[in-house]
Amino acid sequence: MTTALILLPLAAALVVWLLPLPGRAAGALALVAALAEIVLWVVALFRFDFQQSLQLVDRQSWFSDLNVSYHVGFYGFSFWLAGLTVVVCTAAIGYAVWANRERARAYYGLMLFLLGAIVGVFTAQDLLLFYVFFEAMLIPLYVLIGVWGGPRRLRATATFVIYTMAGSLLMLASIIAFGISQGTFDLVESGVSDNAWIFLGFVAAFAVKAPLFPFHGWLVEAYRESPPEVAAVLSGVVSKAAVYGLLRIAIVKFDVDVVVDFQSSILALATIGLVYGSLLAFRARDVRTVTAYSSMAQMGLIVIGLFSMDERGLLNELGLNGAILQSVAHGLISATLFLLAGMLEQRAGTSTFADLGGLARGRPALATILLTTGVIALAVPGSVAFAGEFLILAGIYGVGWGWAAVGAGAIVLAAMYMLRLISGVLHWRRGPAVTETARDLRPVELALLVPLVGLLLFLSAWPASVTERSFPIPPREEAAQAEAEAP
Amino acid sequence: MIETPQVDWFALSPTLALLGASGVALLGAVLVPWWLRRGLAAFAAFGGFVTAGILAGFVFDRSDEEQELLVQSMTRDRLGALAAIIVGGAGALAVLVSWGERRRDHQGEYYALLAAAGAGMVFFVTASNLMTLFLGLEWFSIALYILCALDTHRETSLEAGLKYLIVGSFGSAILLFGSALVYGATGELGFSAIAAARGQGKELLVIGLALIIAGLGFKASAAPFHMWTPDVYQGAPTSVTAFMSAATKVAALVLALRILVVAFPEQEHLWTVAVAVIAVASLAIGNFAALVQRDVKRLLAYSSVSHAGFMLIAIAVNTELGARALLYYLIPYAAGSIGAFAVVAARERELGVPVTLERFGGFGWERPFLGVAMWIFMLGFMGLPLTGGFVGKFYVFSAAYEAGWTWLVIVGVAATAVSLYYYLAVVRAMYMRTDAELRPVIAGGSPPRDPLLVTAVAASVAVTVGSFFLVQPLIDWARDAAASLPF
Repeated sequence: MTTALILLPLAAALVVWLLPLPGRAAGALALVAALAEIVLWVVALFRFDFQQSLQLVDRQSWFSDLNVSYHVGFYGFSFWLAGLTVVVCTAAIGYAVWANRERARAYYGLMLFLLGAIVGVFTAQDLLLFYVFFEAMLIPLYVLIGVWGGPRRLRATATFVIYTMAGSLLMLASIIAFGISQGTFDLVESGVSDNAWIFLGFVAAFAVKAPLFPFHGWLVEAYRESPPEVAAVLSGVVSKAAVYGLLRIAIVKFDVDVVVDFQSSILALATIGLVYGSLLAFRARDVRTVTAYSSMAQMGLIVIGLFSMDERGLLNELGLNGAILQSVAHGLISATLFLLAGMLEQRAGTSTFADLGGLARGRPALATILLTTGVIALAVPGSVAFAGEFLILAGIYGVGWGWAAVGAGAIVLAAMYMLRLISGVLHWRRGPAVTETARDLRPVELALLVPLVGLLLFLSAWPASVTERSFPIPPREEAAQAEAEAP
Repeated sequence: MIETPQVDWFALSPTLALLGASGVALLGAVLVPWWLRRGLAAFAAFGGFVTAGILAGFVFDRSDEEQELLVQSMTRDRLGALAAIIVGGAGALAVLVSWGERRRDHQGEYYALLAAAGAGMVFFVTASNLMTLFLGLEWFSIALYILCALDTHRETSLEAGLKYLIVGSFGSAILLFGSALVYGATGELGFSAIAAARGQGKELLVIGLALIIAGLGFKASAAPFHMWTPDVYQGAPTSVTAFMSAATKVAALVLALRILVVAFPEQEHLWTVAVAVIAVASLAIGNFAALVQRDVKRLLAYSSVSHAGFMLIAIAVNTELGARALLYYLIPYAAGSIGAFAVVAARERELGVPVTLERFGGFGWERPFLGVAMWIFMLGFMGLPLTGGFVGKFYVFSAAYEAGWTWLVIVGVAATAVSLYYYLAVVRAMYMRTDAELRPVIAGGSPPRDPLLVTAVAASVAVTVGSFFLVQPLIDWARDAAASLPF
């Protein structure tokens, strides 16, 4: 089942690359494959037993002398992250079909390959396999931005790759050190390590991917120069690879002392990222940059939730549940906003606030969608983002009320930058770039956005659908169990 | 009556097959009409390489125990057989790449020399005695000197041949001098006999060892003995470069591994450090010099220097896992090297001028298959997933970490990070220039059809990607081969 979820998009990518189809047909084929992937995920959802921990496992030895295997499976939380992936990637592919990307076969093949790689990241239960998928995400992203991106794309890709690879290579060194000293690269079988350097190697990779302050140098250019649907995937989904990595590897596979030693430093970086990102988002001049920096801020908040364990290293269920819920919510919000930014750029040629404004009049669908997403993003009580942030702050309160206070303050900042975004686009005087020909959202565009917003509203109404189904067994206890069982 | 030694013709058969092929090609150059020469010679050389590879496969299969042949001048073991298989494969691919080369004269001689060089290498890797070592080295080197200078109408070819001759002879002389000193110190020529004769003439032995390492360093183009590499790789006919970069490196590194492990176990504490230092120098010089190259052949030449560094790490760790890592690494490296130079050759034949990064512009879109293939080779050199290069680097670093050489892992990881820049520069040049940025470099018309070259590239892609998925069988071969060394 899990293997099918990984292989379906990869196989579809090969088909799209090899079959000499015209552009539209390739896009349609890719979209069908992505929809099939959603169906497959829903089928898996019905088979999934949220009372169990690791399940839907497939395992096959890859090379035995170093104990590396193809080992995939889902935990409750990673299942939700995978669900987020298939939904956002499908919307992105749909957007690309609508925008009619040129060099279509290469493009859709890469998108499908990216989808398969991200699902792989969220299922990998072997360190080397995790690294393989983690790096495999980078390859299509590099080309997607470098070929189809904006005018400064070469600079953006160079920065992106240098940052990401610097982190990844540190992680590779850590993986080797971890695997060789444990005697296996399997995440389920291996014990915990007490080496702080190895821990830091992993954290470095995930801190770049998230990104955490001060590793966010690649963020703005990459999000601004990407095609909008790639930016949606990048900020909505790819950044969640860091969440999975931190939770599945950095927190669970290291000795309590190591994790607790670095807890304060990581929390400090995450908090700085939260506040600093929010302030930058408030100062940003266009929709994309606001979304980019708000993404960084939200990732800071999620990391705060992940590292809300107490001084004995006992994981905080509130914080973790909040982090996962917030990951899913932020993924959907960020994807919606980037797709909206793309649609605005199609109409006005820009997403700069100075040139926009007054778009609400006579464009009810656009106004409704943007307003709904924006209001959810600023965590109005009753929204899914509010639920997530509330859980995270409740979780971190146990560590120290100071963290919670700063976090709560940053949420006020979120309201400021989101309201500014909404007004800048919809209200005020009509901007110079807005012409009468800039029409309301078309049915095709609505077909892309409404499901995303619908999911956000659904989660707002029932956040427990995720929070009560993420951690039947907190992963560290499981690791402790495995350790106790091991001779 | 002189007593003749027992000859194990079976063990010699790969060498003899190539020598025979060389003879046929050479006779063909005089005896058959001119229009048949090229076909006959190429067919003979191709058949020779394939036969040698297959025969070496049989030798591999039937050499559980290592055997000394011909009064201890040669060894029949799996190490030599595996190296011969790789050389055979590389040679066969090089013949396919050579076929489309527009050469006015010396068709028969070209293939005869190629087969002769292959025979020398296959002989060289089985050497277990300082005399046969030198004999094999000169045998293939002389053939390569002539091959480099074969295109006498091209100034650069002559220059390359002359440079290679002078610097290569210097390297050979150093190796010979070192051998003489070792012989003087121990009174022995055989590798295992040198190891057994301990205790006398220590200083002489150490100096001899240093000179032997330097001599082999010249052939493996490891820094600081790499000065000839960029000039020769750039100037030689591209198909010769392809063969040299793959096969010479295999031969030189396998023999370096053999002589160091078999003959100098007592001096282990000296040569491991020396080799590690050479490895670091190669990584540093190769990678940093490659950053500023514009000519693709020069760039790949420096890349081959840096790969010599990675492989020397595997030798420096002096463990069974290290030997396994080296032997595995050689397989995707050889395939990627031949394939990359083959793609360069295709572009060169299309344009009729040396290929710089600028002249690669748009190549990926014009020739989709060759473009994707080049992308894959670059991924392999970078050590990114879905290529054997990734697994190779992983093994090398694992071996280094396991043996306690953590700092070598760090250096290797840093070198990999630097290397991304120039490998991605090739991809950038091929795919990411807009039409406006491309200065038209092509006279017009469709590129020359070259099905054999495309076949060679396809085979290289198959090995590069296949070695990623089929690690287990390859690593089993590497383990069997490494088992014939006394660790």
